[in-house]
Amino acid sequence: MERIPSWLRQHIAAIRAVVVLTLITGAIYPLMVTGVAQALFNDKANGQIVQKDGKDVGSAIIGQKFTDADGNPVRKYFQSRPSAAGDGYDMLSTAASNLGPEDVVDVLPVPGAKDDEGDPDEGKQSLLTQVCTRSKTIGELEGVSGARPYCTSDGVGAVLKVFPAVGTPTRAVSVNQACPSQPFVADHQGVKVECGKPGEDYAAGRTVPVRGNIADVKVPADAVTASGSGLDPHISPAYAELQAQRVAKERGIDAGKVGQLIGEHTTGRALGFMGEPAVNVLELNLALDKE
Amino acid sequence: MGWIFVASLVAALVLVHKPLGDYMHRVYTTTKHNVVERFLYRLLGVQPDAEQRWGVYARGVLAFSVISLLVLFGLQRLQDKLFLSLGFDPVPDHIAWNTAVSFVTNTNWQAYSGESTMGHLVQMSGLAVQNFVSAAVGMAVAITLVRGFARKGSDTLGNFWVDLVRGTIRILLPIAFVGALVLVAGGLVQNFVGPHEITALTGGTQNLTGGPVASQEVIKELGTNGGGFYNTNAAHPFENATSWTNWFEIVLILLIPFALPRTFGKMVGQVRQGYAILAVMGIIALASVTLTNVFELGGNATVPQAVGAAMEGKDVRFGVANSATFAAATTLTSTGAVNSFHDSYTPFGGMMTLFNMMLGEVAPGGVGAGLYGMLVLAVITVFVAGLMVGRTPEYLGKKIGSREIKLASMYFLVTPILVLVGTSVAMGNEAGLAAMLNTGPHGFSEILYAFTSASNNNGSAFGGVTVNTPWYDVALGLCMLLGRFLPIIFVLALAGSLARQKPVPESAGTLPTHRPQFVGMVVGVTIILVALTFLPALALGPLAEGLL
Repeated sequence: MERIPSWLRQHIAAIRAVVVLTLITGAIYPLMVTGVAQALFNDKANGQIVQKDGKDVGSAIIGQKFTDADGNPVRKYFQSRPSAAGDGYDMLSTAASNLGPEDVVDVLPVPGAKDDEGDPDEGKQSLLTQVCTRSKTIGELEGVSGARPYCTSDGVGAVLKVFPAVGTPTRAVSVNQACPSQPFVADHQGVKVECGKPGEDYAAGRTVPVRGNIADVKVPADAVTASGSGLDPHISPAYAELQAQRVAKERGIDAGKVGQLIGEHTTGRALGFMGEPAVNVLELNLALDKE
Repeated sequence: MGWIFVASLVAALVLVHKPLGDYMHRVYTTTKHNVVERFLYRLLGVQPDAEQRWGVYARGVLAFSVISLLVLFGLQRLQDKLFLSLGFDPVPDHIAWNTAVSFVTNTNWQAYSGESTMGHLVQMSGLAVQNFVSAAVGMAVAITLVRGFARKGSDTLGNFWVDLVRGTIRILLPIAFVGALVLVAGGLVQNFVGPHEITALTGGTQNLTGGPVASQEVIKELGTNGGGFYNTNAAHPFENATSWTNWFEIVLILLIPFALPRTFGKMVGQVRQGYAILAVMGIIALASVTLTNVFELGGNATVPQAVGAAMEGKDVRFGVANSATFAAATTLTSTGAVNSFHDSYTPFGGMMTLFNMMLGEVAPGGVGAGLYGMLVLAVITVFVAGLMVGRTPEYLGKKIGSREIKLASMYFLVTPILVLVGTSVAMGNEAGLAAMLNTGPHGFSEILYAFTSASNNNGSAFGGVTVNTPWYDVALGLCMLLGRFLPIIFVLALAGSLARQKPVPESAGTLPTHRPQFVGMVVGVTIILVALTFLPALALGPLAEGLL
C-alpha cells in the first residue's frame, strides 16, 4: 500500500467504502427490517389487503374510485375524493394536481379545432372551474345545492377579465363562460359583461374573481379538491354524512344504520390531537355490502 | 388542535435532544473502535487512528462522493440487467445523472417517478444507501468544523473514514432500524412485492405496488433526504399511513438537526454555546412553523376561498394544519419530503416554504449541514458586531481574521448566486420557460422554487414544474453539486484554519456569544441577509400573487 500515491489510495478506500456500506445499509439492514416486520406486523407490512368473498379487492389504506365503466358514480357506494393520479386512484402514476391557488382562468375549447395529436381541442380547465364543476355535480347527485363562492350557477369559475388592466373599466369579459352563455353578472362598474370567446387572448386584462353572496355551502371542502397522494383512502365525516341519505335510499336500508356504520369506520384524531377525523371509504362500502 | 400538535413536537424534541446530543458527542470523540468497526476499517484499508489535515479530509469527502455518484448512476443505467428491477427499463441517462447527483448531495430532488421508474434494487441498494451515507458525510463535515473550534494549535481535524463509518453505524442505523419497525406498526409496507393487479370493488382494476418502503422512509426523514419511494412521497398512504406516523416522521426529520447543537456545545467545552445556537434555530423555526400554519389555515386566495379551506393537494387524515407543519419542517431542514403539495398552497403559505429554504437551510437545516451553516452565520455575526465596536472579532476564543471571514463569505455567497443566476437563465430561454404548469407569477414561483430547492439541497418542489427534461436535469444537477460541495470545501478550509490557531484569552472586549443579545443578533443577521438577497425575487413570485 505504501507505494501507492495518496490521492489514489483515497479513491481505493472510497470504492471499498461504497461497496461495504452498500452491503450494510442497502442489503443487510433492509432485509433485517423486512424479516422482523413480516414476523411482527405481517398484515401491515403487506399493505393491509382487504377481501370480499375471498378475493382481494384492494388495500384498506389506499383509496379507490367507486364508479362504473363510464366513470359515473355507483350510487349505492360512498364516493371518494377527486384524484389527480392517472385517471383517478392509479397507483402506478400517483400525483397531485399541483395547480396554484390563483389558477382561475380557463382556456376555453375552440369548437372544431384540433390539438397536437389531432383530437378535438378540450381547452384547459382552471382549478377554480374544476372545483365549481365538482361542486355542482355532487350537489346534483346528493340532491342539495352545489353553489359555492366564486362559482357561477352553471358550475365554472366566476371570473372577469377587465380592460384596461389599470384605470376605469371600458370592457369586461366573463372568461370562463363560453359564448353564447349568459354571463353570471350583467354589468361590472357600469360596463356590460361579455361572454368569453374561445381562442381569444384575454391575458392583457386584469383578473377579477367575483365572490358572489353564497352564505351556505353544502358540499364540503374535501369533496371538491384533489388530494396530495392521489390515493386518499378517506373522506371527511361531513362528506360521508352528505352521502348517507343517497346510499341508504339506494340500498333500501335505514339511514340510522348507515350513520352507525359511518361512525364505526371513522378514525378520530390520534391521541386526540393529531390529524383530522376521517372516514375510510373502502371499508365503509365493504361493511355496507355485508349488510 | 394544530397548536397542540406543534407543542407536542417541541416537547418531544426537548426531551430527546440532550441524550441524543450527548450520545453523538461520545460517538465522535471516543478513541475506541469496536469490533465491527475494526473489521470495517480493515476492509476499507484505512488507518483509523491516522489524523488528517483539512485538505486530506476534503479529498476523502470528494473521493467518496464521486465514487458514490458513479455507482448510483451505473446502478440505474444497468437495472434491467440486475435482479428486482420489476421489469423496468434502464433509467434514461439525464434522469439517472440528476437522480445520482440528487441523492449523493443529500438533496433528493425527484426528477423521477418512483413507482414507474425505479426497481426495488435501485431503491433499496442505491437510493437508500445514499440516504444513509450522504447524511453521514454531512454530519462528519459539521463535526470537523466543530473540531476546528475545539482544537488548539492543531494541524489535523480527525479522520473522514472513521467519522463516516461511525455516523452510519452508531447513529443512523440503530435509530433507523427501530424507527422502521415503528412505521410498519403504523401501516407502512415492507415487502418485495412488485405491482400486481387486483379487481377493485366496482370492477375496475388497481395495481398495488409494494416494496421495502418503511426501511427507506425512515432514513429518508432521519437523514433529511426526502426522495420518495413513490411519486407522491410522504403523502402516499404506504409512506405515511396515519396521522401519528405523520407526527413521527416530523420528529425524525427534526431529531438530529436539533440535537447537534448540544453535541457542538459539549465538544467545545461550553454547553451554553450550544444552547445559544439551538436558540437561534428554535426561534426561527417556531416563527416559520407558526406563520405557515396561520397562512394555510387562513386560506387567503381565490381557490381556497371558493373551496372553504386550503385542501387542494392535502389528504384528509392530515388536514390543513398538520400538513402545514410538515411543510415547514421539511423546508426548514433540507429534507424536501412532502405530505402535501406546496404548489397548491396559498400564496403566502407557499412563500414560507420558499423562504425557509432561502434561509440557507440553517434553522435547523439538514443533518450536519444545518449546524455548519449556522456556525458560519455565527462567524459572520461576530464579524459584523466586531465592525460595529471596532474590535477584532473572535468566536469561541478563535480570531476571525481575514482568511476566516473570506471563507465564511464565500460559503454564504454560493447558494444565492446559484439560485438567482439559475432562475434568470431559466427565465431567459425556451427550455426553461417550457417547464411551467401554472401561468403568471405562480409560474415564476415554480422556477424560482426549483432552483432554490436544488441549490440549497432541499429537494422539494412546486411539483407542477416539468423538470425531467435534459435541460433541467443538467442545470439543476449542477446547482445541487456546486451547492453541496463548494460550501463543504469552504467549511473544511475554515475548520483547518481555525484548528491551527491558539485560542486568545477572553478580555473585556470579547463579545459574549452565549447571551440572548448574541442570539438576537444571529437571528437578525440571518434574516436580513436573506431578505436583502431574495426580496426582489420573492416580489415577482409569491408576493405578487398574494397581494394583487
